[in-house]
Amino acid sequence: MNAANYLVLAGILFTIGAFGVLVRRNAIIVFMSVEMMLNAANLAFVAAARINATLDGQVAAFFVMVVAAAEVVVGLAIIVTIFRTRKSASIDEASLLKY
Amino acid sequence: MISALIGLPLAGATILLLGGRRTNAWGHYLAVLMSASSFFVGVSLFSKMLGLEGEERALHQHLFDWIAVGTFNVPFALHLDQLSIAFVLLITGVGTLIHVYSIGYMEHDENRRKFFAYLNLFVAAMLLLVLANNYLLLYVGWEGVGLASYLLISFWQHKPSAAVAGKKAFVVNRVGDVGLSIAVMLMFVTFGSVTFEGVAEAATKADQQTVTWIGLALLLAACGKSAQFPLQSWLLDAMEGPTPVSALIHAATMVTAGVYLIVRAHAIFDLSETARTAVVVIGAITLLLGAYIGTAKDDIKKGLAGSTMSQIGYMILAAGLGPVGYVFAIFHLLTHGMFKAGLFLGAGSVMHGMHDDVNMRHYGALRGFMKVTYVTFGLGFLAIIGIPPFAGFWSKDEIIHAAFGQSTVIGLATLIGAGVTAFYMTRMMTMTFFGEARWEDGVHPHESSNVMTIPMIVLAFGSVFGGLLMLFVGDIEHWLEPVVGFAKPEHHVSNTTLIPITLAVVLAGASYAWFKYGRRPVPVVAPTEVSLLTRAARADAYGDALNEAVFMRPGQHLTRSLTFFDAKGIDGVVNGLAAGIGGLSARTRKTQTGYARNYAAYMLGGAALIAFILYLVRL
Repeated sequence: MNAANYLVLAGILFTIGAFGVLVRRNAIIVFMSVEMMLNAANLAFVAAARINATLDGQVAAFFVMVVAAAEVVVGLAIIVTIFRTRKSASIDEASLLKY
Repeated sequence: MISALIGLPLAGATILLLGGRRTNAWGHYLAVLMSASSFFVGVSLFSKMLGLEGEERALHQHLFDWIAVGTFNVPFALHLDQLSIAFVLLITGVGTLIHVYSIGYMEHDENRRKFFAYLNLFVAAMLLLVLANNYLLLYVGWEGVGLASYLLISFWQHKPSAAVAGKKAFVVNRVGDVGLSIAVMLMFVTFGSVTFEGVAEAATKADQQTVTWIGLALLLAACGKSAQFPLQSWLLDAMEGPTPVSALIHAATMVTAGVYLIVRAHAIFDLSETARTAVVVIGAITLLLGAYIGTAKDDIKKGLAGSTMSQIGYMILAAGLGPVGYVFAIFHLLTHGMFKAGLFLGAGSVMHGMHDDVNMRHYGALRGFMKVTYVTFGLGFLAIIGIPPFAGFWSKDEIIHAAFGQSTVIGLATLIGAGVTAFYMTRMMTMTFFGEARWEDGVHPHESSNVMTIPMIVLAFGSVFGGLLMLFVGDIEHWLEPVVGFAKPEHHVSNTTLIPITLAVVLAGASYAWFKYGRRPVPVVAPTEVSLLTRAARADAYGDALNEAVFMRPGQHLTRSLTFFDAKGIDGVVNGLAAGIGGLSARTRKTQTGYARNYAAYMLGGAALIAFILYLVRL
């Protein structure tokens, strides 16, 4: 099986994730879409490592996982707090931080 | 000792100005005392100088080093020589008499103390001017005189006309002061020194052109202070001040400063024919112009002001003649100081008795009601028109004689001036003291109090004997010779033929005036159907109109267009830039919506853009 197909799959997943971030209002769904983009990137890294026959991409994938785990902790905590105060998880309603 | 001359009146002014109302009760006595003691110091210094030989008479006093920068050194030093002492005695002597007179004249003025403080300041500034040993220190006194004259001319500042007159005197004087500052700067640059000695020494080696420019700059300065053409316009308006101020400005201080400057800077003028000619021409123009203006004035003080212009013109003219004239310029200045002060004080006395009316058409027949004023004014009148043996005759005759030695045209100008002087002074005399009474209702003329008449009597003595004493007893020609040099004029026309001619001209002018104003009734309202010449003289020969048209209006246009350019151009650019940046940021601010998906879209767009650029670059 050609490793380049994984890169195409990673691109498709990333696009779906980015689309989800841009169009959805539910904070949890947006969050899931972000996770999907991160994992698409991971997939691309790993595929590239396979194609190039080096370990660089795999190392990068580990870094991304660590960052993603940390991000989930902080992000979910923020979402839960916002939900508790406003009884809503819509990110469009949390738009106070502007001019 | 010399510094006491300046210090005493300066202390008087300081005490009166800082002391405030507490000094109201005795302030005027203090001012008189300070001025009088300055006069006595002057007299004692004078007697000390008399005991010394001609060349060694100059006294010095070095007070402190004023400016010391590298090789440029200006001391704060006073220099009293034969020329300075003549001025010192005139300023303090006549000044003290005017102080005494003012006690009576300003009796009912609530600001009398301030008035006396300014008088003291005036005297102190003028003394500094004539005692300085360098041009920079002279400049300090020069500006002090300008300040004091401004304060005194606009003393009754509740009258708008007086406030404007003071401002006008100040502004016109600034024009002259520019000349003096240019001259001082040129001296510093070319000679490296501003002391009288240093300049006199260096000038002989300097470039002819530069010396001429310095001379012309000094002449401009003299024109401003001495009200010479074309800077004469302030003098007539300066009559808005109290009459003792007019006497002080016209006789002892202020207008004499220009003559002093030219005579003091004789080292410059001796070297430059061009500058000397310019001085003579200015003097001749002014002496005719002043006399001409004087002929048509109905205001007694303005008539006298025109006369001052004219007489100072004589002095400037004489000073421009070089060594033949310097001595006579000073001689005429001294005699003029006495009789003109007397005339002004007399005019003040008349005004005092006539409810401050200055219009001579409302006077007439006052000789029986103000005997002392009539006699003293009359003696001053005989002195100014130059009837022998009164003071003015000796000095004016010498100037006319010296002028004929220079050129016939200049000589004729002085001769005509003498005739016109006789005309306007006789007119003034007859309109005031002779003819029928033309008083306004409710006016009861009366003689002034002793405190006013005694100074007038003293000055009348000066008008009678001043010229004789200075010429024959004081031997003024040889007294001043060590300072300014003296040369006998070349005899184109001898004095024995000139004196009868001059007297004939004077008598012709006087009798014409008598015929016109003494024999016929004088209309109470000035006739309006008069010749163009009279109209021009009444309007001060259109001096103000000319100044307005040539300097004021274009100046106003210039300032207006500059303000416009400043407001719309400079301010427009600065404000426009700020407004543009403000507007731009207000617009860019709107991109911060607060919606997370917008930010995500920007990031995605940015990332895509970078990816696209990388893609292009790789190609």
